[in-house]
Amino acid sequence: MSSIPYIVEERPDTGLNNSKLGVWIFLASEVMLFGGLFSAYVFLRLAAPEGDFDYWGAKLNVPMATFNTMLLITSSVTMVMSWASLKLKQFDKYKMYLGITILCALGFLCVKYFEYTGKFHHGIYPSSSTFMGIYFTLTGLHVLHIIGGLVVLIYLWTRQADKMWEENPDLLANRIEVTGLYWHFVDLVWIFLFPILYLL
Amino acid sequence: MSDNHHHEETFFQKYIWSVDHKVIGIQYGITSLLFLLFGFGLMAVMRYQLAYPETVIPIIGQWLFAESGGIMLPENYNTFGAMHGTIMIFLGVVPLAVGAFGNYLVPLQIGAPDMAFPKLNAASYWTYFVGGVVMMASFFTPEGAARSGWTSYPPLSIFESGQTMWLLSMVFLITSSLLGSMNIIVTIVQLRAPGLTWFKLPFFIWTQLVTSFLLVLAFPPLEAAAVLQLMDRLAGTSFFLPSGLVYAGEAVAAYGNGSPLLWQHLFWFLAHPEVYVLILPAIGIVGEILANNTRKPLWGYKSLVYAISFLGFMSFIVWAHHMFLTGMGQTMSAFFQLTTMIISIPSVVVLTAFFISLWGGSIRFNTPMLFALSFLPMFGIGGLTGLPLGVAASDIYLHDTYYVIGHFHYVVAPGTLFALFAGIYYWFPKITGRKLHEGMGKLHFFPSFLAMNGIFMPMFIQGLAGLSRRMYDGGQQYAHASDITHWNEFMTISAFILGLAQIPFILNIFITLSTKKSEDRNPWKSTTIEWSAPSPPLPHVNFESAVEVHRGPYEYSVPEREEDFYPQTSP
Repeated sequence: MSSIPYIVEERPDTGLNNSKLGVWIFLASEVMLFGGLFSAYVFLRLAAPEGDFDYWGAKLNVPMATFNTMLLITSSVTMVMSWASLKLKQFDKYKMYLGITILCALGFLCVKYFEYTGKFHHGIYPSSSTFMGIYFTLTGLHVLHIIGGLVVLIYLWTRQADKMWEENPDLLANRIEVTGLYWHFVDLVWIFLFPILYLL
Repeated sequence: MSDNHHHEETFFQKYIWSVDHKVIGIQYGITSLLFLLFGFGLMAVMRYQLAYPETVIPIIGQWLFAESGGIMLPENYNTFGAMHGTIMIFLGVVPLAVGAFGNYLVPLQIGAPDMAFPKLNAASYWTYFVGGVVMMASFFTPEGAARSGWTSYPPLSIFESGQTMWLLSMVFLITSSLLGSMNIIVTIVQLRAPGLTWFKLPFFIWTQLVTSFLLVLAFPPLEAAAVLQLMDRLAGTSFFLPSGLVYAGEAVAAYGNGSPLLWQHLFWFLAHPEVYVLILPAIGIVGEILANNTRKPLWGYKSLVYAISFLGFMSFIVWAHHMFLTGMGQTMSAFFQLTTMIISIPSVVVLTAFFISLWGGSIRFNTPMLFALSFLPMFGIGGLTGLPLGVAASDIYLHDTYYVIGHFHYVVAPGTLFALFAGIYYWFPKITGRKLHEGMGKLHFFPSFLAMNGIFMPMFIQGLAGLSRRMYDGGQQYAHASDITHWNEFMTISAFILGLAQIPFILNIFITLSTKKSEDRNPWKSTTIEWSAPSPPLPHVNFESAVEVHRGPYEYSVPEREEDFYPQTSP
């Protein structure tokens, strides 16, 4: 099992290692998943009566979402910094930057929690309108992606990372790079969600 | 390669929680074959009902339909139909073609020690397993299993019982496919042995590569659609419910403004590429077996590779030919008719190349070859009968008739399934070190071949005469169908013969497993890399020493060489 080649080092003729190619293909499938939902959004919006989406869209909290956008963008930046720190062999900085990334993600989830419960308090549920349905579905699925990423980030922040750093620093850097690619994708999805749900 | 794991593995480590691609491949194979048998069982009950409607189903009727005294009710028929389709496609054929054959053979044919991500591979199998358990469990819930057809068209599927479990199970199955196919792509790109360049890959590997791309890119929209339908059922949204809908005499209390067509688009965006997911691995297996048993290079290897790559690409833009009847408009219909006609070209290229491969060969008629040879006309019939369905004018007449059922069953049952049988007979010596018995293999092949045609050929007659599908009584209540319904009995008898014909196959496997292992690691005298490994290949490493590849995959009957084949690994 340990004899599988190109786990960390690049294969010369493809210029890739296994996990990097794997995560890119995974992201391609994620593009299709959110692509399907975005097309559903377009399809439903075109079919909706005049003004229906605008009326319900106005009920969303734009300042909260703007704050969340900032949080996610910050987390993407610190994600890159944590990877760069590893490459510069600065393990303490890696821990700090990854810690900030985790805090930003947790902050995002808190804001989302208040947004959701705020809606529920006003009696707004997914069944209230087509817009609210697609809003809760899209953002809910996005939140699930954030939680999935968070689990990996926290794992790579715990003592497991210290152990990996001592035994195989290249592997840790590779894991962080791959996780970072996923994290940027989740960030990017939000960059699309924010305008089509809150601003349009 | 690595001799550093001398520790003994326990039974559970070795056969249950294994991360070895060979064990996972066999796990996939056994599970999916059992599902195929179960799906066949559902069909057998349905066929009995079609031939002898509203009579007591013998032997198992009292147990299955206790409430109605052993008679199959319309809702039972709907459940059986929906589950037959779902199980055969998502739990049977795809896991067998991609999960079992892909997992077992891809690393071996490219000279790799394992898949690129062994743990992910095991995760993919167990996700599939959970999906299967959820699907089976739905039979035992108070609501019963899904009954809205394998296509699950809303609005009906939003209201019908059993659908929630179906959707949950589909989410598991889709996730499993994604993990598995991602793994196959990375393995093929990254783990090819030194010297194995792209155009030295066996054709089977190419088909697995294209299939995996289809799965990775086509399945997620169905996952999105499944999430939306789950929301409709559980959270009361109305993505697929139009305004002003009346169900069972009552106005539906939903917001409305949704679109049932949206589901159809998302569903067929998956389900058309899915057809090619079913057929491509089969084509790959047939290609390997044809080259081996004609002792000739596969004719037009490069055009085959280009053809299936083009086919894979085109399969993403033909989906709405399933929707000509929905009134989506002339322009849309015209576009999808055109793409549908175009996509038939690469399929014809494949069949033509295969037929020319036979020409002038000294063909060995062993069991795998018989199945592979019968694949050609069967897939041909299936493909050609698809053309009238791809043209809107004739499709409007033929849509939802038995003609459609006949068409796609010719592609999948005597087409794909025969290729998979061929593959099982062909690679069984590699997997177990023992060759399946030839006589029993032929006893399996000939009755199966006749019975398959006995079941599906009359469907064209019935469909052309206008008999609709999905009727629980086989059309007895329709006057216009009265002169073709007598075929139902013939088809049902054929189906039972097909069932009996599988007995020699099952017996053959068990009897062969109890015989002595052969030392011959290449009984078919094949060129591809997997035959240079011991049978069965070594756990976790496959080959005794690092593999190096020196030549193309089909160097048979090379002039000036004593043996009539030139293995890829020989210098």
